[in-house]
Amino acid sequence: MSEVIWGLATSHVPSIGAAMDHGKTQDPYWKPLFDGYQPARDWMAEHTPDVAIVVYNDHANGVDLEVVPTFAIGTADHYQVADEGWGPRPVPDVVGDPELSQHLVESLVDDGFDLTLFQDLDVDHGLTVPLSIYCPDPGEAWPCRVVPLLVNVIQYPQPTAARCYALGKAIGRALASYEPDVKVAIFGTGGMSHQLAGARAGFVNPEFDAMYLEAIQTDPERLAGLSREELIRMAGSEGIELIMWLIMRGAMNDEIRRVHETYHVPASNTAAALALFDNRVQ
Amino acid sequence: MTTHDLPGTPIFDGGASRRGLHMNQLFMSLRSAANRERFTADEVAYCDDYRLTPEQRRAVLERDWQAMVDLGGSIFYIYKLAMMDGRSMQYLGGVFSGMTEDEFRAALIAGGRTDV
Repeated sequence: MSEVIWGLATSHVPSIGAAMDHGKTQDPYWKPLFDGYQPARDWMAEHTPDVAIVVYNDHANGVDLEVVPTFAIGTADHYQVADEGWGPRPVPDVVGDPELSQHLVESLVDDGFDLTLFQDLDVDHGLTVPLSIYCPDPGEAWPCRVVPLLVNVIQYPQPTAARCYALGKAIGRALASYEPDVKVAIFGTGGMSHQLAGARAGFVNPEFDAMYLEAIQTDPERLAGLSREELIRMAGSEGIELIMWLIMRGAMNDEIRRVHETYHVPASNTAAALALFDNRVQ
Repeated sequence: MTTHDLPGTPIFDGGASRRGLHMNQLFMSLRSAANRERFTADEVAYCDDYRLTPEQRRAVLERDWQAMVDLGGSIFYIYKLAMMDGRSMQYLGGVFSGMTEDEFRAALIAGGRTDV
């Protein structure tokens, strides 16, 4: 039987990837963030999954505004790293897991989640930066297969926090009925508080972020009750990305153990965080 | 209060997406090196190919970033044009919030704009 072994909540700011790609992680600007990642990286390196489900959003690279799927899943065996306008990141292409994707699609549709399917998808920083945060030096290939799960967080109305949490629960049920003996990691990406446009650009809310970082483990129901308006007001117009963490959380057990967390302002215009949870609490 | 009434917080909704579709498609096209070259060679003709409204065309050609947002641009799409000009997200943040790029960057390093 498959088993979720850990969940990683992490920001996916493009400049975090650029700092790694250009050898700037020891610069004073970036060092505190990368130092904060290290204990989580060390632990994850000892607990390699067979496959990772990465919940993320595309940023005008794999998908444009002609079609705006609320929830979508990749079903391919290979995903090319997107050229976002300055050439693709120098990281390996992503190897998919079409068998798991197909199982998730069937189980989730039967469970009332009618996902859009991507048979061809270029993956952007929303997916590759979290992979780099997990594994900074992948060499020729990432350490595990990847199933991309995309959420529309760019165009209003985004799915509700409650719907994201329910989708996570449904993913947990789907994995529980997946017979191959695979170890699964699940990534919830985006956030924390930030706003890119408008007079409130640069908004950061450390109190809200601290609450969210704690409650994602201990009280996800509370977070699932936040409205779109509350999320945008308290986390900024792009901070609403935090709903994607609830998909990760929903797929995990009620009781999880916090392995490590870190929080740092800024990564470019964003409050950046990482929280790593062990799903196997004895 | 609804989501759309938050001061200083543009909401990219269905109406904005319809208004901005062609302009956002232009920005999206700049992912390819060949298109970036073609845009740089003749920005006016490139805008005409994408059927921008006169207001959108002016905003793009004059790099009026705020107007691009007001006319249906999504920040993630607008950013692709900014990158062609060598402009950072901190520069754009400064434009939107009435600061220089250095002031905006300093405000973030100081912990972000917690009072807005």
